[in-house]
Amino acid sequence: MTRRLIRIIISAALFVAGLLVKEPGALRLALLLGAYALAGWDVLWYAVRHLVNGQVFDENLLMSIATVGAIAIGEYPEATAVMLFYQVGELFQSYAVDRSRRSIAELMDLRPEEAWLLRDGQPISVDPEDVQPGQHILVRPGDRIPLDGVVLSGGSTLDTAALTGEAMPRDIGLGDMVLSGAINLTAPLTIEVSAPYGESTVARILDLVENASNRKSQSETFITRFSAIYTPVVVGLAALLAAVPPLLFQQPFEAWLYRALQFLVVSCPCALVVSIPLSFFGGIGGAGRQGILVKGSNYLETLAQADRVVFDKTGTLTQGVFAVAQVMPEGISREDLLALAAHAEAHSAHPIAQSLRAAWGQHIDFQRVADVRETGGRGLSALVDDRRVLVGNAAWMRENSLTPTATDAAGTLIHAAVDGRYAGAILIADREKPQAAQAVQALRALGVRRIAMLTGDSEPAAHLVARQLGIDEVHHSLLPQDKVALVDSMLAEGGRGKLCFVGDGINDAPVLARADVGVAMGGLGSGAAIEAADIVLMDDNPLKLPLAMRIARKTLRIAQQNAVFAIGVKVVVLALSALGYASLWSAVFADVGVTALAVLNALRTLRKTTL
Amino acid sequence: MTTKRTYALQNLGCAACAAKMEKKIGALDGVQACTVNFLTSKLIIEGEEAQLPQIAQEANRIVRRIEPKASVKL
Repeated sequence: MTRRLIRIIISAALFVAGLLVKEPGALRLALLLGAYALAGWDVLWYAVRHLVNGQVFDENLLMSIATVGAIAIGEYPEATAVMLFYQVGELFQSYAVDRSRRSIAELMDLRPEEAWLLRDGQPISVDPEDVQPGQHILVRPGDRIPLDGVVLSGGSTLDTAALTGEAMPRDIGLGDMVLSGAINLTAPLTIEVSAPYGESTVARILDLVENASNRKSQSETFITRFSAIYTPVVVGLAALLAAVPPLLFQQPFEAWLYRALQFLVVSCPCALVVSIPLSFFGGIGGAGRQGILVKGSNYLETLAQADRVVFDKTGTLTQGVFAVAQVMPEGISREDLLALAAHAEAHSAHPIAQSLRAAWGQHIDFQRVADVRETGGRGLSALVDDRRVLVGNAAWMRENSLTPTATDAAGTLIHAAVDGRYAGAILIADREKPQAAQAVQALRALGVRRIAMLTGDSEPAAHLVARQLGIDEVHHSLLPQDKVALVDSMLAEGGRGKLCFVGDGINDAPVLARADVGVAMGGLGSGAAIEAADIVLMDDNPLKLPLAMRIARKTLRIAQQNAVFAIGVKVVVLALSALGYASLWSAVFADVGVTALAVLNALRTLRKTTL
Repeated sequence: MTTKRTYALQNLGCAACAAKMEKKIGALDGVQACTVNFLTSKLIIEGEEAQLPQIAQEANRIVRRIEPKASVKL
């Protein structure tokens, strides 16, 4: 890189010196041709080699013909300038390509180098690919977790930023599932490996990112086809331009040759061929850094055109985890009701008990609890602080001659009574994700005209959630096959825009595959989600969907700008050249100048996009 | 038996050339599909397993012919 730069600088200095020599003569000629040779010797050399190999439409060869032709008709400054600018453009290009390759390498930096396999309690360093499921590995603080697994011992904090784009470290402990690619921050962990390396999260993600740009978008396919025709056509026109007017119409040969040479310089489709795939790659890479995995340029293109979004409620808009949604105490404080219920359920492993304890949120003092008696399917009775506490469903209350207050709230109602008096109810429901309403709003702001929510829940629950999130189209009480049929009918309705389906990925595979673009919540290691979807939101945050849409649109916009700009400038310069209004200078700009500008523009896709 | 193999390309600097390589290698005998990924500098060949070493040699020749500085890492 630096050697090329030095070469260009020296050549440029010779060129300027040559221009400063006013009177034509040997000195001026020597300076200009020296600059030309220094800038272009490798181009000329490759051109000769290509000619020998029978490669006619090669960039080096075309440049060589154009500049040698210019020298032949005495246009020394222009020949040198063409070569010089060509090299500057190439330098720019390789800088831009290098930079984008480096950011790809950063994405690839997830690859674990080694795994510490525990054999008879002793850690030995092995290749992650050699570890089998069921074996135990040690992950030291500071190491990247090499394989997916379950924590056997130890508790620590994980940095999952590389996987999810989420900066907040995550606490994990015994029995938790951990994903390869995360970095163990604080304490050593022993992990029982659950998947071979090839099926581990990190391997899947790497494979996906590496292969994403293999699935080409329509724009890229168009460019490939366009450039395959463009170069031969322009070169053919150049030949006609040099031959026809002088031979048939007695025009001056040199003037028309000069115009033909301009055609040759403009005939390279580089600006398009480099900048458009680079735009898409940048878009995919930029999205990846924010925890959005896109499996191909084509999906980015489709997402940009989506104007209908269908959510499968559970796991996308809601957390899919039960939690206390509402506390309705009667004749007792809210705090006391929660505390008593949480303590009464202190020993239970039931999900409802867990959510009660989580809602109480403070230390459970087992000393306060005694004489717990459970009645299956009903509830339990316990002594908490020497008060008789009953916790359970409405039937359990009635069995104990109490009258529970009825509500039509969606979810599971847990009633409680203290010392024979009804004390109110606690509503346990699947909670909306905190960002869900904002995500719906952001989608509307982006011009999504139809947002629908699908759910297996009953009508009141479905409508309640939809109202809170600002969604007006709700399809409730659906079975999995109903969802497929529904999405099919929406697809059949057609329209200009594309349909985007968002599911949690676990059992939505058929719908994800059917929609124009399927988006899955992929966090917490659902391999099925990564498999089935076109786009995966690694941290399960619904706000990442409008963000992904933003990135997709920006990428597409930049790609289109580049296509229009490059083709436009080339066509204009070709037209001006044919009419004799252009010079080799403008032709060089139309070639390398446009390429450099288009590449710089494409690099914008790598920058962080915000909502 | 067909398999898919990925080779690294060294010093691949020209995107238009990458497209040409893809076309030429794809047309080789025993090659079912070929992708040249310019940005990741990867050559992916899907073809007859038994012929792959030979195909890779030939691919390397094509790559060097199209872009003299570039080569397939074998």
